[in-house]
Amino acid sequence: MSKVLVVTSGKGGVGKTTSTAALGAALAQAGENVVVVDFDVGLRNLDLVMGAERRVVFDMINVIQGDAKLAQALIRDKRIDNLSLLPASQTRDKDALTPEGVAKIVDQLREKFDWVICDSPAGIETGAIMAMRHADMAVVVTNPEVSSVRDSDRIIGMLDSKTLKAENGGRIDKHLLLTRYDPGRAARGEMLKVEDVLDILSIPLLGIVPESVDVLNASNVGSPVTLNSPSSGAAKAYFDAARRLRGEDVEVIVPIERKGLMGRLFGRRVA
Amino acid sequence: MNLLAWFRGERSAPVARERLQVLLAHERMASGHSELLNVLREEILAVIAKHIKVDREKVNIKLERGGDVATLEIDVEMPDALAVTAGRRGKAAA
Repeated sequence: MSKVLVVTSGKGGVGKTTSTAALGAALAQAGENVVVVDFDVGLRNLDLVMGAERRVVFDMINVIQGDAKLAQALIRDKRIDNLSLLPASQTRDKDALTPEGVAKIVDQLREKFDWVICDSPAGIETGAIMAMRHADMAVVVTNPEVSSVRDSDRIIGMLDSKTLKAENGGRIDKHLLLTRYDPGRAARGEMLKVEDVLDILSIPLLGIVPESVDVLNASNVGSPVTLNSPSSGAAKAYFDAARRLRGEDVEVIVPIERKGLMGRLFGRRVA
Repeated sequence: MNLLAWFRGERSAPVARERLQVLLAHERMASGHSELLNVLREEILAVIAKHIKVDREKVNIKLERGGDVATLEIDVEMPDALAVTAGRRGKAAA
């Protein structure tokens, strides 16, 4: 039975696209047949983060409007056979996403893949609603920072009211993915702690991705962090998150700061 | 320096947590309003309809939020035929 998963947040720049790529790759690395779908019409970026920007010929809008077949628009990853990408259109606007068109594409993707991972645009407009509309489960990407937590709360409310599953009286599975977490800052009381965010949003925790240069390096070279530096802390967090999504019971590890005593006393972060 | 700020108790995360808790409590209420009201209206109508035939248009339900308390106001206009008081108000703090 295939699953449709939306990666959403409300706020922009928290790591939706990076997390879509990393989770999609991690699930594919575990042997699942995965497609990642970019819903950010007009501002597509998943192709770039996945390193497929020069291979885009057709996009989702072309398929919706009947100018291309779905199979023509799907791009198979060069590193993992069972990972594909459906790019968004860069030239159209979000109104080209029709509810019927999106429903048809999601249905077709469900038949071909085990996991359909929808990368939502920021905001709470049409694009974001289209991305969550057909989801069975949601990953809410949140940074430990006030505006991100507030926007996540808003998105959680929308997941409970605007998805097909919610409208039919069901309940969408929601998971919190805390990204850009800085254990040092949290320990010093400069950043919201994991338990603060969990208390406030009260949805189960899928994982904690530490703020890490590996994530930036991975997107620089166009490769999901789970492929580019699989032994890094960030990749490990995504691998564990993917195992939890598959239903495995994996303990969540809260990253701790690795710093010597002198560093702790005199250390000062540049960023 | 980090350590000094820490000793002085200048930690901003607890402030962030508290501000968020207060703000989100309000925002959740506001967004939950319309849905809650619809559910209340339907259920209250169903209870009344068991005993009295009332006009759907003549049932008013209002939820108002003040500083510390919220009031739920239910206004039901009864048909004349029943020869009871034409209106009845129920107020409850929610």
